Amino acid sequence: MRKIKETIIEKLILASGLASIFFVVLIFLFLIKEGLAVFQSVTPGAFLFGKSWYPISEPAQLGILPLILGSLLVTLGAAVISIPIGVGAAIYIAEIAPARIKDILKSGIELLAAIPSVVLGFIGMVTLVPLVKSLFHLPTGLTALSGSIMLAFMAMPTIVSIAEDALYSIPKNYKEGALALGATHWQAIWRVMLPAASSGILAAIMLGIGRVIGETMAVMMITGNAAVIPQSILVPVRTLTATIAAEMGEAVVGSEHYFALFAVGIVLFVISFGINVTADLFLHEKQSK
Amino acid sequence: MFKQIMIPLVSLALASSCYAAKNKNSSSIQIKGSDTMVNLVQSWAEKYMEKNPSDFIAVTGGGSGTGLSSLISGTCDIAMSSRNIKEKEIALAKPKGIVPFELQVGLDGLAVVVNPSNPVDKLTLGQLSGIFTGKIGNWKEVGGHDLEIVLLSREVNSGTHVYFKEHVIRKNDPANKDEFSPKALMLSSSQAIADEVASNPGAIGYYGMGYISLKHKPVSIAANEKSEYAAPIIENVLNGKYPISRPLFLYTKGEPSGPVKKFVDFALSKEGQEIVLATDFVPVSK
Repeated sequence: MRKIKETIIEKLILASGLASIFFVVLIFLFLIKEGLAVFQSVTPGAFLFGKSWYPISEPAQLGILPLILGSLLVTLGAAVISIPIGVGAAIYIAEIAPARIKDILKSGIELLAAIPSVVLGFIGMVTLVPLVKSLFHLPTGLTALSGSIMLAFMAMPTIVSIAEDALYSIPKNYKEGALALGATHWQAIWRVMLPAASSGILAAIMLGIGRVIGETMAVMMITGNAAVIPQSILVPVRTLTATIAAEMGEAVVGSEHYFALFAVGIVLFVISFGINVTADLFLHEKQSK
Repeated sequence: MFKQIMIPLVSLALASSCYAAKNKNSSSIQIKGSDTMVNLVQSWAEKYMEKNPSDFIAVTGGGSGTGLSSLISGTCDIAMSSRNIKEKEIALAKPKGIVPFELQVGLDGLAVVVNPSNPVDKLTLGQLSGIFTGKIGNWKEVGGHDLEIVLLSREVNSGTHVYFKEHVIRKNDPANKDEFSPKALMLSSSQAIADEVASNPGAIGYYGMGYISLKHKPVSIAANEKSEYAAPIIENVLNGKYPISRPLFLYTKGEPSGPVKKFVDFALSKEGQEIVLATDFVPVSK
């Protein structure tokens, strides 16, 4: 009887495990099926490198270069802001902070992760956007920079908690050895701990960036959504995610615009898949050491 | 394994059959579409449900395109639209056995608004087209301060966006292929445009007349240099002096019948048309 129970539970768990892979494959097949249809009306080159996005004009202009660049610019900005702060916070929490402060900081960061993105977007819209506008004397504060700052807040919890784990899981004797050889605390962190945890920290960064590039609601609210090729970080941009979210409702099922949005989805899928695979590679490198 | 799959399936089947049954017995009408019309149709629905407590009407926005595409895919009974249905949409509806039926239920004057600190208070359609295509980039070119113009537009799922493009940017000329400047900020709601205009001295945006408030200054508009400038007020829309006004439509699947007919009849009744006026739109003159 017990054995039967064991087997059933085992099979159930196996089924749940397979289900998640099955769903990913189904989602990808569906994306491909719907997305590739757009290439009947536009060549892949014109789609990826076209500079104008006017999906509802006659004839429609479906060039997503401004959207790709918009997404990349916002993500890059968020990375530049969140990586130093996030890794710094992780080092402080793992190595320097006294136990009490460590607990407070850790729960604080978990709280940050719990804020829904639409709330962050809303807060950004009423506080950050006017600030960016007056600080840089811009015609409008709805810019890539505002998006980057807000998204940095979203990437930070992921980066801090995974990087902190990576630092924490380094064998104690690494640090003790460094200190015994006469290194200062900072030298031990910089020369020994960080290199030892580097693959875990890189994975943390990649996962943080993965979250940023897929984020939709907050960027849609604060980046202005103008489909123009950005010349600087102080101009409005339109991201891939915001385009899908804003336009999917309009697109009539089976129309060129509808297929184009699915193709945008494929591009997004490929980008985040690439980021996750890279993160995975770093994590595995750490394990094989 | 079997249990794991069957439980959600059975509950899903039950849920959907309940839903279908509910749909059949008491009449429930799903209305979807133009954000501009949501307030108006919601007011109609409330008044209507007060009179017919057994009927239930759900009104959701999303944009004219959203409404029409739901009508075509069968997920709503009435689509609200602030633009005419496109040939393409009729063609897509045909294979599904749906013939969209058009009813004009009101008129809407589209207001072009600027920040109250902006000295510009009148523009011609030509100037507006120049501003929104990006050919005019600074307020001093149209008599204002030396300040960069910040263009605010609705997203492409908005009937207001399409109407503005066809009637202002392209000046009603089907051969004209001008587009919104790619620099235009695409905001997801009329309220977002209203908020940005209120706080940004360089901004210019457009929305339905119902949104005008003291925090924004509506611009008087003339069809060309020679014609009279008209302010966006109901009187000017009715007598045709105001050049950018548009019809508001309800679309139904085929000629309306049953509860849908009852509702659209109410919308077109005297009482319904008074609600049109009360929500800052213009009734269809009879």
